[in-house]
Amino acid sequence: MIRTYAGHSTAKASNELYRSNLAKGQTGLSVAFDLPTQTGHDPDDELSRGEVGKVGVPISHRGDMGTLMDGIPLGEMNTSMTINATAAWLLALYIVAAEDQGVPQEQLQGTTQNDIIKEFLARGTYAFPPGPSMRLIADMIAYTVEHVPKWNPINICSYHLQEAGSTPVQEIAYSMSNAIAVLDAVRERVPADRMGQVFGRISFFVNAGVRFIEEHAKLRAMSILWEELGRERYGVEDSKHLRFRYGVQVNSLGLTEAQPENNVQRIVLEALAVTLGRDARARAIQLPAWNEALGLPRPWDQQWSLRIQQVLAYETDILEYPDIFEGSKVMDGLVAELLDGARAEMAVVAEHGGAVEAVPYMKAALVDSHRERIRKIEAGEQIVVGQNRFAESEVSPLTADAEGGIMVVDPDVEASQIEALRKWRSARDQQAVDTALAELAQTARGVENLMGATIAAARAGATTGEWAGALRDVFGSYRAPTGVGEASAAPADDDLQELRDEVSRLQEQLGRRPKILVGKPGLDGHSNGAEQIAVRARDAGMDVVYEGIRLTPAQIAASALQEGVHVIGLSILSGSHRELIPAVIEALRAAGVQAPVIVGGIIPDQDVAPLEQAGVAAVYTPKDFDITRIMRDIVKLLGETADTLAPAAAGADSPA
Amino acid sequence: MSDDGAALGARLRERDLSAAPAALNLLESTTAADRAQTAALLREVSPAALAREAPGHVIGVTGPPGAGKSTLLSALLHAWRAQQRSVAMLAVDPSSRRSGGSLLGDRARIDFDPADRGVLIRSTAAGERLGGLAWATRSAAQALAAAFDVVVIETVGVGQAETDIAELADTVAVIVQPGSGDALQFLKSGIMEIPDVLVVTKADLGTLATRAVRDLRAALRSLGAAHGPGAARVVAVSSLPPASGIDELQQALEEHRAALDLPARRLSVRRAGALRDFTVEHGEHGLRALGGRRAAERWLSEQDPGLETPALVAALEQRIGA
Repeated sequence: MIRTYAGHSTAKASNELYRSNLAKGQTGLSVAFDLPTQTGHDPDDELSRGEVGKVGVPISHRGDMGTLMDGIPLGEMNTSMTINATAAWLLALYIVAAEDQGVPQEQLQGTTQNDIIKEFLARGTYAFPPGPSMRLIADMIAYTVEHVPKWNPINICSYHLQEAGSTPVQEIAYSMSNAIAVLDAVRERVPADRMGQVFGRISFFVNAGVRFIEEHAKLRAMSILWEELGRERYGVEDSKHLRFRYGVQVNSLGLTEAQPENNVQRIVLEALAVTLGRDARARAIQLPAWNEALGLPRPWDQQWSLRIQQVLAYETDILEYPDIFEGSKVMDGLVAELLDGARAEMAVVAEHGGAVEAVPYMKAALVDSHRERIRKIEAGEQIVVGQNRFAESEVSPLTADAEGGIMVVDPDVEASQIEALRKWRSARDQQAVDTALAELAQTARGVENLMGATIAAARAGATTGEWAGALRDVFGSYRAPTGVGEASAAPADDDLQELRDEVSRLQEQLGRRPKILVGKPGLDGHSNGAEQIAVRARDAGMDVVYEGIRLTPAQIAASALQEGVHVIGLSILSGSHRELIPAVIEALRAAGVQAPVIVGGIIPDQDVAPLEQAGVAAVYTPKDFDITRIMRDIVKLLGETADTLAPAAAGADSPA
Repeated sequence: MSDDGAALGARLRERDLSAAPAALNLLESTTAADRAQTAALLREVSPAALAREAPGHVIGVTGPPGAGKSTLLSALLHAWRAQQRSVAMLAVDPSSRRSGGSLLGDRARIDFDPADRGVLIRSTAAGERLGGLAWATRSAAQALAAAFDVVVIETVGVGQAETDIAELADTVAVIVQPGSGDALQFLKSGIMEIPDVLVVTKADLGTLATRAVRDLRAALRSLGAAHGPGAARVVAVSSLPPASGIDELQQALEEHRAALDLPARRLSVRRAGALRDFTVEHGEHGLRALGGRRAAERWLSEQDPGLETPALVAALEQRIGA
């Protein structure tokens, strides 16, 4: 099956995009939702600011879902939804949209990602605490097995673990432990004779990096472990149910902003990792766009990725042979090694009480692996062509046109979406909505399956934020562990030692230890960058205030003021920097905080000047891979600022 | 140019909460000029300047990681704010400083409205100097108690952490996680002094929590803990919705404070702090010059009870001609 990851700005625009992709030969839909929809917020929520329609389509209610799927025959469609914390809700809206087309839920085919553990570990779009989140997943699986039998209710993602820096062993071990947590929860909800079916409906979403031989071995190891797990832990016997089914998106972490055209060959090699041997071949492949590290890909960029898959499938002979690694000692040896490592790591997770309880442990382990990966790249031990080796380049004709390099979302989308939502709320039967939400809350307090009340709320016209809000009231809100506190200290090489000396000198100048606030404004949950900056600042000898993801400008300003920080580092990867950074700076200055602000993230060149005008002291992008150098810049900046401010008052003048 | 120490101190004395962040920046600073300003600041909020002890209730909260401290503090914060009481929380991270740096992230776990000017949360790293809690934390507690209704000092650990916190708080609460025997063992073996309030979290765990409460009460009895008002209390709380036990905990904290001889307690905090600061600065050698610890303590007990800690340190230094 051939798909590209798509979904932009509004339900109507996305619908047009889907229809045109279907006409070009795409055979399924892959729906990406914006961050407010993914985290259970309406467009008019304070946290949604700058994020509406940004990384996907905003879906607030059944009307939006109807528009999104307008003219697309849902009875024949295979729809993959990248949705997790609010998966139950989006599936409910999809079921209602199908009802409106006259299609019964039994006929629906597709996948909801619905993997919450990796949201806590890597991606950050969680909405509820781990326990209730796991309940929602188990309820949804139990429901679909009964009523939407062709649906893949969950896609266990190892993909994001690799993006967060995992080693192959960690990727295997944590995703399998995650599957165990889910299956154990579902086992309590379905009759024993249904477990085979449940097991058979669980699919995986994996990553493939550029070390494609080892990556292929990883997939073979996963399918062996999966079958073993099915037989031994859940008593599954049907070989059809035991098959390891997975889709894949190849690695984005390894894609570079420097010489982005090299990403094309990386993507091709990564695609080979998941197609070479038939015994562990992917069922569905998504390839990222070559310029993803620069911002949101345009339709032409996506077309290029689609064409890579088509060349592989239709021009090469890759699909013509049986498994080409059968009998290979090298491959078997690699697989055995990965299996040993993964089993040992799974045992550690089990000792913590399983994947839900081990979230803090796994998170800290991932932050550590990622720290090590970055250290190797900085030290030149791991070669990245075009970045830390062979960095010289002719002028690229592909990126010469700075304005057109990425697609820009219309800034009016947010306002019109909020307006449309107001109209929706005033036109619906409010009493029916209130009743449905009260019923939902009642169910949440008890133990019954939540899907029935969720579908009823969708039908009544409730919104995404209302559904999630009703559940938050019952389940409580939650902040995931950041993993940085446990990260081990970096080995003090010469560079770092020199930096520590500079920090000590700065401390004498400032009167107290340099204190940095690392903040992630908005709903963007990609925290790798922020975590690595926080850990390195700590290793350099600074006091670091890092609060994790999802902060409002007001929260960041309050923290900066109360903590008396000397500098504020903000990280945004969702493309919302144009709205959010000025909003944070405004809030800081209103609170009387004069400390300098630096920004890191996927920031296109043409956005740098406006950010600097808004008061940003420095901007860093993925091509600034040397974090120690960033730290050195910060120390220098603080040294200069300290000269202009009274030492004790640096960072916090009292408001009049 | 921002406020100098005396002006910041005067603002705190007038209960101007917005002076707190700049005051803390100053209190944490180690330059000679700022230390002089700090002394001026603390003079403005000394009992002599206030003509009474600082009115805020200084509460020390400690417990092992994962015991539910942050969730509990969130619940307490909401309860205090509902009564219009201003709250300052100083979160002290005792983690080792091999690189010198520290990661301070706990404030995020305390849920509060960032626009609420009646709340201040500040994280600091301990271990900069010898002697447990940061020097600045003890000064900060004294300064903030002049302006805020409640000052919470939060730190991690059992045993030593609890002893450190007892040196600066009016009331000490130790958080106990049901199922973990640490607190019970430390209590029985005498590693831990008897805290004023023992808080068993996660009361939603049912039997496990009930057993923890029972064991702790039994331990207190066998250690011969006092009865009546102000005696050590064991309270079970659950911060999960629906929260329970928060009212009872608040009441236990209040009752302890009400039964306390506050001037005596604060005076001993100031004098012990002065001796500690003096020792950190001048070592055993300095202590010997004062004629030993006992003699120093005796001499301190004869000084004006209205003097703030830095003034006492300065007086001690004068005695040895430093």
